[in-house]
Amino acid sequence: MKILGIESASVTASAAILSDDVLLSEYTANYKKTHSETLLPMIREILAMTSTAPEELTLIAVSAGPGSFTGLRIGAAAAKGLAYALGIPIVPVPTLDAIAYNLAGSGDVLCPLLDARRGEVYSGLYEFTGGEFSVIREAEAVPLAEQVRRAEEAAKERGKAVTYLGDGLPVFRDRIRELTEGRAHFAPAHLRDQKAGSVAALGKALYEKGICSDAVDFIPVYLRKSQAEQEREAMGLSIEPALDPETKA
Amino acid sequence: MPKDITILAIESSCDETAAAVVRNGREVLSNVISSQIALHTLYGGVVPEIASRKHTEKITPVVSEALRTAGVSADDLDAVAVTYGPGLVGALLVGVSFAKAFAFAKGLPLVGVHHIEGHVAANYIQYPELEPPFACLVVSGGHTHLVETVDYGVFNIIGKTVDDAAGEAFDKVARAIGLGYPGGPKIDRKAREGDPDAILFPKAHVEGSPYDFSFSGLKSAVLNYLNHAKMAGQEVNDADLAASFQKAVVDVLTERAMEFVREKGYQKLAAAGGVASNSALRASLQAACSAENVEFYVPAPILCTDNAAMIGCAGYYEYLKGVRSDLSLNAVPNLKLGER
Repeated sequence: MKILGIESASVTASAAILSDDVLLSEYTANYKKTHSETLLPMIREILAMTSTAPEELTLIAVSAGPGSFTGLRIGAAAAKGLAYALGIPIVPVPTLDAIAYNLAGSGDVLCPLLDARRGEVYSGLYEFTGGEFSVIREAEAVPLAEQVRRAEEAAKERGKAVTYLGDGLPVFRDRIRELTEGRAHFAPAHLRDQKAGSVAALGKALYEKGICSDAVDFIPVYLRKSQAEQEREAMGLSIEPALDPETKA
Repeated sequence: MPKDITILAIESSCDETAAAVVRNGREVLSNVISSQIALHTLYGGVVPEIASRKHTEKITPVVSEALRTAGVSADDLDAVAVTYGPGLVGALLVGVSFAKAFAFAKGLPLVGVHHIEGHVAANYIQYPELEPPFACLVVSGGHTHLVETVDYGVFNIIGKTVDDAAGEAFDKVARAIGLGYPGGPKIDRKAREGDPDAILFPKAHVEGSPYDFSFSGLKSAVLNYLNHAKMAGQEVNDADLAASFQKAVVDVLTERAMEFVREKGYQKLAAAGGVASNSALRASLQAACSAENVEFYVPAPILCTDNAAMIGCAGYYEYLKGVRSDLSLNAVPNLKLGER
């Protein structure tokens, strides 16, 4: 089984090939170029480097969100184009779960963070118990201080510490230090950010549990509606389109 | 007999998700368009984030339908063409990302296509005998250009709008008189019940640029007219207003295009873009061309609206020239005509 992992949910772009239990290749960039410019060239590069023909791929594991709307769509559209052309399935991997998966085996409560703007983070809470990965709290958009409070509470209940990670960390690290009075752990640079290897590995585990989508049905998890829809709803208006706009002049 | 060239084309620059299969540039084997108009009507115009999300949902079914109805498998294709600008960046990125991944997976060459070049090329599909050079009036929601089509994909821009695009003026006026979105077809329909000479609106000339257009003054004149009538407690005849506004736009477009054709001695004038679907504009350009023995070309409305068949046609001529796009191809929202 050869799985292509794709990660473009936030600042980091990453692509990886997982062949059964071997990470054949992984290419990660934290650079100012857009995902549109980097992602496909990275995929081409790692396939060429490992003499893997696209037709050898059996599954696409894609970081499914939440994250930057545009970043998620670049990854989703690339995953769809590949999966459709190759006739293979897509396994959607929740982005924050995959980041936490970087620290498989950790004894801490894991709190990955992505910058969700508007004063919020995309974050969930995770842990490994007896080698098993579990979700303590699903990903959502939440104010940083609230999420730190939840993480601290979950850690206290378990007699654990909290490790923070994700590419939102540079923005929030100082504030987390303040909020936790120095108790927080931070993942080291090489494990901190999104990695397509983790997306592929967790994707494989999810696929084996029967979680699967395809090039037609897969859509990213945005968590938030568009600004225009939020504004309409705030005014108490429906966001369902009229059935026949032509007759509703 | 040279080998047939079969191209899969993808277009997602605004609010239509479209895919087509085109053989040898002009033979349309399929032309699938998934319109999002109903979704955006609520907001009075295209909401970029909603458009981008819808493209992501629709891209695979639309491409799949285009191949199925063409009776072509991915292995029969010679290239993939995709619109990479101008347009809404988030919307463009869906088509571009999908096209790059599909082309890479199938080992096919990729050709990035300029959306407006696509609109012009729609004429090649409609008229198999049409060849450059010819004059072309490109009018859509985002563009108003008068160009010389010197060769396939080679343009001289003679004039353009200095403010609003013609289609934008239609949308704004439609909103002002409560017709809603999309303004073009709604004004066109309303205008049929009205008197185009009922109200005299200004036809702006751009000082020092004989072939440029300006529509913001006209739009303001319509808004002022409405405001004035409201203050005076007078009832406005929407049909007369729509017809008079439309006439002002159509007259200016026709006059400029014909002045240019006359000056350069062109025997052929083509129209392209969404606004080229407007029935009054088509009739006016046809009449003006007939009066001066100029051949007039305009695509059927289905080829005037945003579609992928036109991208496949424009892409074919780029493909023949050897144009190939790399996998680093990005969306370019402000791509200018003639730029690559």
